[in-house]
Amino acid sequence: MTTEHIVVVGGGMVAHRFTEALRARDAEGRYSVEVIAEEPRAPYDRVALTSYFTGRAPEDLQLGDPALWHDPLVTLHRDSRATGVDRDRRIVTVEGGREVAYDHLVLATGSYAWTPPTPGADLPGVFVYRTLDDVAALRGYVEERRATLGRPVRGAVIGGGLLGLEAAGALQGLGAHSTVIQFNDRLMNLQVDAGGGEALKRLIEGMGVAVRCNTATKEIRAGKDGHVGSMAFADGAEQLVDVVVFATGVRPRDELGAAAGLEMGPRGGVVVDDTCLTGDPAVSAIGEVACIQGACIGLIAPGNTMAEIAVDRLLGGESTFPGADTATKLKLLGVDVASFGDAFATTPGALEMVYADPVNGVYKKLVLTDDATTLLGGVLVGDASAYASLRPMVGAQLPGDPAAWILPEGSVEKGEIELPDEAGVCSCNNVSAGSIRGAVNDHECHDLGAVKACTKAGTSCGSCLPLVKKIMATELEKSGIEVSNALCEHFALSRAQLFNAIKVAEVTTFTEVIERFGAGRGCDICKPTVGSILASLYNEHVLAGDRAALQDTNDRVMANMQKDGTYSVVPRVPGGEILPEHLILIGQIAQDFGLYTKITGGQRIDMFGARLEQLPQIWKRLVDAGMESGHAYGKSLRTVKSCVGSTWCRYGVQDSVGLAIALELRYRGLRSPHKLKLGVSGCARECAEARGKDVGVIATDKGWNVYVGGNGGFTPVHAQLLVEDVPDEDVFRVIDRYLMYYIRTADRLQRTAPWQQEHEGGLDEIRRIVVDDSLGLGEELDAHMARHIDSYEDEWKAVLNDPVRLRQFASFVNAPEEPDPTLAYVPQRGQRRPATPEERASAPVLIAPTTLEVRS
Amino acid sequence: MTATLPTASSTAGTSAPTRVCALADLTPELGVAALVDGEQVAIFLLADGSLHCVQNLDPFSGASVLSRGITGSKGDVPTIASPIYKQVFSLLDGTCLVTMDKQPKEGRAADLVVHRVSLDNGDVFIDLAGSA
Repeated sequence: MTTEHIVVVGGGMVAHRFTEALRARDAEGRYSVEVIAEEPRAPYDRVALTSYFTGRAPEDLQLGDPALWHDPLVTLHRDSRATGVDRDRRIVTVEGGREVAYDHLVLATGSYAWTPPTPGADLPGVFVYRTLDDVAALRGYVEERRATLGRPVRGAVIGGGLLGLEAAGALQGLGAHSTVIQFNDRLMNLQVDAGGGEALKRLIEGMGVAVRCNTATKEIRAGKDGHVGSMAFADGAEQLVDVVVFATGVRPRDELGAAAGLEMGPRGGVVVDDTCLTGDPAVSAIGEVACIQGACIGLIAPGNTMAEIAVDRLLGGESTFPGADTATKLKLLGVDVASFGDAFATTPGALEMVYADPVNGVYKKLVLTDDATTLLGGVLVGDASAYASLRPMVGAQLPGDPAAWILPEGSVEKGEIELPDEAGVCSCNNVSAGSIRGAVNDHECHDLGAVKACTKAGTSCGSCLPLVKKIMATELEKSGIEVSNALCEHFALSRAQLFNAIKVAEVTTFTEVIERFGAGRGCDICKPTVGSILASLYNEHVLAGDRAALQDTNDRVMANMQKDGTYSVVPRVPGGEILPEHLILIGQIAQDFGLYTKITGGQRIDMFGARLEQLPQIWKRLVDAGMESGHAYGKSLRTVKSCVGSTWCRYGVQDSVGLAIALELRYRGLRSPHKLKLGVSGCARECAEARGKDVGVIATDKGWNVYVGGNGGFTPVHAQLLVEDVPDEDVFRVIDRYLMYYIRTADRLQRTAPWQQEHEGGLDEIRRIVVDDSLGLGEELDAHMARHIDSYEDEWKAVLNDPVRLRQFASFVNAPEEPDPTLAYVPQRGQRRPATPEERASAPVLIAPTTLEVRS
Repeated sequence: MTATLPTASSTAGTSAPTRVCALADLTPELGVAALVDGEQVAIFLLADGSLHCVQNLDPFSGASVLSRGITGSKGDVPTIASPIYKQVFSLLDGTCLVTMDKQPKEGRAADLVVHRVSLDNGDVFIDLAGSA
């Protein structure tokens, strides 16, 4: 079989999707792919461009697995511009004169930022907003001007569409004032109607961004130093500005296609049929450059669909373009905006049902057929929580009173929604309700993780996950599979239900808990869970009362069991700041007990190989010197990692170490459904990798940004922004509530990332609860955390003061000091490690466990 | 095997039962390890007053740790879960009830050896020869 060569011109998101899909599906290697990209980097997430301003590095925006570009059948040329296509010879010419032959050509050149001809548009200080280089240049300019001018920079964005509002948000994020200049009579005129535009304007102005609608820009004028200084408008008004961003729409980059004689659309773009082929069967066009069904579409979801169709066709498939879903949901400057279906009620006889609450900044509209039963479209501003449920229902009958979907929660009962099989649920990956049902019924996917893995639904932006979960649960129920939240055979309740039950009943021992709410004697699943709940609620010592028998061995002996049954010991090093005398002490202890030492990922030191009976002796020396348990063994706060911050670093803008220490001392010993890790970075460079933590705090020049739900480990997730630019005291309050709410409602061993994603309404709803206090829980959560902080005691010290509990640290009940005779070690790089079974067989190399007499 | 309280044992083995501790030294539901003739065993006093003894060696990890596992029940069977990889064993006959999709270490049986425990005048005795 000969390999055919595909050349892709363009290195954007759609080119990436095409290449990824082709390599995923073309298992036989029928095609090799060569991507010619103009930008100096591999394809990145252009939709998330603005996050560059909230501290994300360019590498974070990379799309997919970078290994794709090392695939032997894939070649990526960066910084490389195609200059011509010779369709007769099937050759693409690249800048510099190189010729690349193709069997099939895919045009994925995308769009360029269009600017209306305006005098002064070429002055220094005028920008567009399209590529990473554009936003990096904008950022550099704003920072430089602020330094030169010695005052906040005045910015203006021409264009009040989606991109314009993003750019205004970015300017604000850079500490600049911003004004949005909109030619149309309302913001986002392509997505929202007059009422929605008005609500949006009020909300945006509430964020401190000025808005001028019905305004045409006549001229941009230079100031004395030749940089942008002011703007003049058609109505005669003028405004002083230091930087101008054009966000006046995009136009397809179709010049290659036009020069090659391919048919052009009426408003530009290379015309393709529903299979993404141009008039030349050896040339396809996908994404924004393609004029499909009469129009170019500037959205990522239809672009990805086109990429998938082109791949499918090349591999002999039959798929065709189903029409673009132009539904959008976004968060601009913290404001939710969504628009879907026939948002402007252009269908003959369409009815509009509107709810507007100018006080709370909410506007919602449903467009319905003339009999008010079938949903045609809608606009949601200020609260878009109904979007995930409503969008797939376009064209279907809404059960019950449609008003229920737009009125405040609880005022009218909502009908139960049953989506048709063909309704799209995940638009990022084009997954229908039917596919999800198929996964549940035919592929035995009985939990969310399995459904995600099987269908890819919810694996990109995740906004559809609540809906995916609901469809899955309904299907499981139908087929008689019980959706069990039961903890184990002893408790029919979920962890969250059990937490509430214990709290309300005020029971304090496992015996009472299992008698009231369970059956049997318990097990290694429910016992530690109840132990953790009791610790979260009453904060007594983990070994108090009948608790010792509930704990996993790690909690039971307050150290981490290793593979040979010995333990590792980690003293707390708050924020990673450590005294030289403590470093020396740790070294001394490790030497005296023959322990293996290693620096942990959480900026502290782990000592391995301590035997059960040695633990109290080790703790005593640590505690006497003022150190304490680091809870490395607990489902509890582990560490608060920090960078060195403004006290030493040339770039630090806040005292990250100080805040990290304060946070670690505040939450130390807090028991939770899973381990908790925090991080604090002193500037946007983010050296503490705080966004990989359950809670990450990153300094800004105005305060702190708090991110939540980050995770390393098996499924890495970046934390998402919860609040911006808040002072120290708000950092504490918001984190107090977030952690307490998580502790109360999460499942057993559910970390914050999946908890947050699967929480009804996602992070937005969690923000309403912990920041806006929508459930009125705030005071209770605060009081609960205050109780925790007040009653904290060092667990190691408490055991050392209790002769009864100390007895549990005997190696053998009839020989309390005798080391476990089965332990054996071999030397490695100057330390020791457990011997392997083979090494045990060749006995001479073994080191017996240390029986060194320890100074008391 | 389960000792019925407060009967003393009548051993059929070759060696005499060994006293390991007083009953008062045990805490309900918390295991202890003991050395009997150089062999490690794990002893459990459950909340219902019953006493159990199994080998301390965890066949799935090769570490001597079962005394530090969590006691519980599966159906009516009292159990012990290994603290290393969480396999669950019956305290009545040592059967491995939950393997967690793992195999025991090479050359080891998945099930535990159970030893006879007895009480005499407030002291706990283990009889290695009285193994089940």
